[in-house]
This record gives sequence, structure tokens and C-alpha cells, in this order.
Amino acid sequence: MALVGDGLRQAFWLLAGGDADVFGITLRSLEVSGAATGLSLLLGIPLGVALALGRFPGRGLAISLVNTGMGLPPVVVGLFVSILLWRSGPFGFLEWIYTPIAMVLAQLVIAAPIVTGLTLAAIQQIPDRFRVQMRGLGASRGQLLWVLLREARLPMLAAAMAAFGGVISEVGASLMVGGNIRGQTRVLTTATVLAASRGDFEVAIALSVLLLAIMFLVNAALTWIQQRRAP
Amino acid sequence: MGQPRLADRGQAGGRRGRSRARGDRTRPRWPAPAVAALVALGLGLLEGAPGQGAPDRAVILATTTSTQDSGLLDLLVPLFERRTGYPVRTVAVGTGAALRLGADGDADVVLVHAPALEREYLGTGALIDRRLVMHNDFVLAGPPADPAGIRRRPAGTAASALGQIARTGSRFVSRGDRSGTHLKEQALWKAAGVVPGGDWYLESGQGMGATLTIASEKRAYTLTDRGTYLAFRRRLELGIVLEGDPALANVYHVLRPDPVRVPRVNVAGGRALEDFLVSPAAQAAIETFGVETHGAPLFFPDAGKPEPE
Repeated sequence: MALVGDGLRQAFWLLAGGDADVFGITLRSLEVSGAATGLSLLLGIPLGVALALGRFPGRGLAISLVNTGMGLPPVVVGLFVSILLWRSGPFGFLEWIYTPIAMVLAQLVIAAPIVTGLTLAAIQQIPDRFRVQMRGLGASRGQLLWVLLREARLPMLAAAMAAFGGVISEVGASLMVGGNIRGQTRVLTTATVLAASRGDFEVAIALSVLLLAIMFLVNAALTWIQQRRAP
Repeated sequence: MGQPRLADRGQAGGRRGRSRARGDRTRPRWPAPAVAALVALGLGLLEGAPGQGAPDRAVILATTTSTQDSGLLDLLVPLFERRTGYPVRTVAVGTGAALRLGADGDADVVLVHAPALEREYLGTGALIDRRLVMHNDFVLAGPPADPAGIRRRPAGTAASALGQIARTGSRFVSRGDRSGTHLKEQALWKAAGVVPGGDWYLESGQGMGATLTIASEKRAYTLTDRGTYLAFRRRLELGIVLEGDPALANVYHVLRPDPVRVPRVNVAGGRALEDFLVSPAAQAAIETFGVETHGAPLFFPDAGKPEPE
């Protein structure tokens, strides 16, 4: 238990002292996972809406695939993104492997199904009668969509939270496609793995505390918005 | 992701049925067979954990990624398990962490390759019974184009080669994980009179296999043990640009924690594994390991020989 105490103390000094390394690592974590979450919203919300409202052959299969994708193991994503981006792979010419771009890409693959699936659920929980009524009142397709999205905005905020929480705490894919290169692709989770494998358990604890604090702050902010607007 | 209804939990009991009826669409309903299956699975795992033989207390071996990545442990560990009945749990980490796990009693045996650091732990008395197991050597691997021109000066030492890499600003990938390889690399930079840093100096913070892959993809130089290099060679665009410098020797020792300081360790199991690693059977296995797949041995058995240096 002395280790945990030392870790917490060291976490405090790392933060209070404005350690440049830790600051950079934290910033990179936020950049990569923020970008991945943003892109996953751009991709996942339209997809989720299309799956919720559309009627087309293969829809059931598509929904099953999305639901499976919500639990994609990050290491599997990491492996396949690596294979695609390695110089020997089909997209090797982009030279993206071991860069933050590769990490955003992998995290996007992890986050997009989460956003799609939760958007789908959010739209579907709005009663059918509501839609019928809106159409009856003469709403255009665009207006209907807008109102539905407004109705579903709180569950979709939860989707954003789930996606961000999932990717910023993910380590397998980031390690494999990013390479954990100091000052370039080292993020909080991969730095924690490294600190633990170096035997710097205090630093590992400090980084974990930092990661937890970030997740708490982001979730607290989003929850605050959610609760403020809740009826 | 609905808000969890803690209140419903609180008023469980007699009114439980009603709160269900009020309806909480997001609450998952666990079908009884699924729950039963999960519980059975959990019990099965608990039961299956310890070995069947008489000495069933697992031996925890903390070692370096290089012995794990080369595949040597996949040969030695089952051999030991069959002979003694002790199940082995292997933790492959950097040498720094492996030594610390041993010193804290979180591992029963430590197999590492950082003589200077090992002596520090022997000095404090945290680790004891250090025995020479085997050696191989480090090599400097680099891209075929050899931008630092190391192959053109064949008589150079490892330190002078690193100096050239720094002067030409050629990319170099360091383990950066306080492993035996990393410590050796740092000693070589020191000998070269260079404090590495800058755009050309990348720190992967990962094991030898991952670091070799990164070096290959980034067209960079890296210091690697020969074993892991040979094991990975086929899928790397890296060649050996320098080898044979006596400064590149890579010596493996086995140590174990002092049971007086950390009584919870598996003393008998740890000693058995140490004895096994220097036994003729293990030494013979080490000698032939890798010859078939790589055309050359990856490690050279050293048990009983005098300490190098």
C-alpha cells in the first residue's frame, strides 16, 4: 500500500511541477482520442439514423454487425490496422504507421460502431406514433429528422461519452499502430504500460490517476450538460 | 447508457416486482441459463488453475522480452514443468522491472542480462544466488541503404558507429524501457561521447520485437540482441551493419530473491528453476535452440564457466 501512497504523491508533483513529458503525453492523448471521437460522431450519427429509420434489405445483418462492432477488441483492430498500414501492406505508401494519424484511425474503428449503435438505439426509442404524428402535421423529411435528432440528443451525448471513454482508455491498438514513440505517439495508456514494464510503478500510478481524472472531468462536464437540459 | 437507477435497487425486496413493472427499458434481463453458464465457467477457471502434480505452487519467472520474443522460454519452460511438476508463470518485462519484481518478492526467479544493474541488487542483498546461464551478442541493425555509412568502415567499434549515426543524424530507435538492451545502448552512447536526442532519436518504450518492427518501418538503426533479430529477420527490412565488437557481449544470469527478506516467495520452486537452467539438460537445449529454424544458434550455454570481464 506504500506504493499507492508514493504513486499518489508523485502524481501530485508531476502535475504540480508541470512536467513537460507528462503534459505532452496528456495533450497527445486528448488530441488523438478527441479527434477519433469527433470523427466517429461524424460517421456514426448518420449511419445510426439511417439504420434506425431506413428500411432496406440486409438491414438486420447491418444492425447485427454494428452491435458486434460495439465490442470490437482493440488488439484485433490494432492488428488489422497495422497490417494495412505497414510498408508491406496495401496502404503502406501513406507512411502513416507509427504516427498519431494511425492511432486516430484505429480509435475511429473502435469508436464508430459504439456511436452508430447508441444513435440507432436512441432514435428507435422515440415512439413510432411521434413520427407518424409529425408527418401528419406536414413535417418535411428534413424537419422530421431534425426533430428526431433533437429528441435523441441526450442519449447521443451519452454515445459521445461512451466513445471517448472507450478510446482514451484503450491501450492495445494505440500500442500496436502508434508504437509508443516518445514525444510522438506516446499517450497516457501506453506510457502507463511502459512505466510499469520499466519498474517505475510510482510513475505508472501517477499516469493512471491522471487518466482517471481526465475521464472524470470529461464525463462530469457532459453529465452536467445532460442534467441541465433534462426535463 | 441510461442513468442507473440506484433508487430501484434500494427499495428491492417486496416491491421489486412493482419497480420492474414500472419499466426500465435499459435494464438488461439475464436469462437464467446464461447466468448459470457464466458461473460454471468461472468455477471451472478457479479449479483448473493449479497444476496437478505434487508440488503445485507456481513459480513466477520474471525475465526480459528478448528471451520471450526469441521463443527460448517456450522450449525451456515446458521442459522444466515436465521434469519437476512446478507450473511456471512467465512475466516478460524490461530488465529493470524484472529485477525489481524479484527484489520485491513478486517473482521467484529472475533471468536477466544487465550485469551492472544485477550487481547493484546483489550489493543491497535483495537478490542472491546469481548464476551464469548463457550469452549471445548484440548487433547493430540498420536499413539496407545504410545512410550513416557504417558498413563502409568495417573496422569500427560499436561506439564509433553510434557516433556516426549521431553525426549524420540518421534515425535510431531506442528501446527506452530500461531493459538490458537499453542499458547496453546507453553505455555505448556514453562511450561514444554522445548524449542522444533530437528528431533522429526515437524511443519506442516497447519490447525488442516491436522495436525492430518500428525500426524497419521507419528505416532506422537499432541495437538488438542477435536472438530476437534472427527470430524476426524474415519480416524485417534490416540488415546487420555491425557485429563482433567485444563491447557487444550480452550475458544472461539467473538470480532469486533473498527469502529472509521476502518470506512469501516460492523458495523451493525458485531454486528448482535456477538449478534447472544451469543443468546439462537445459544447457543442451539452449545450445541447439534455433539452429533448425534460423541456421545458427541464438544463445550459447555458459553454465559453470568463469564470469566474463
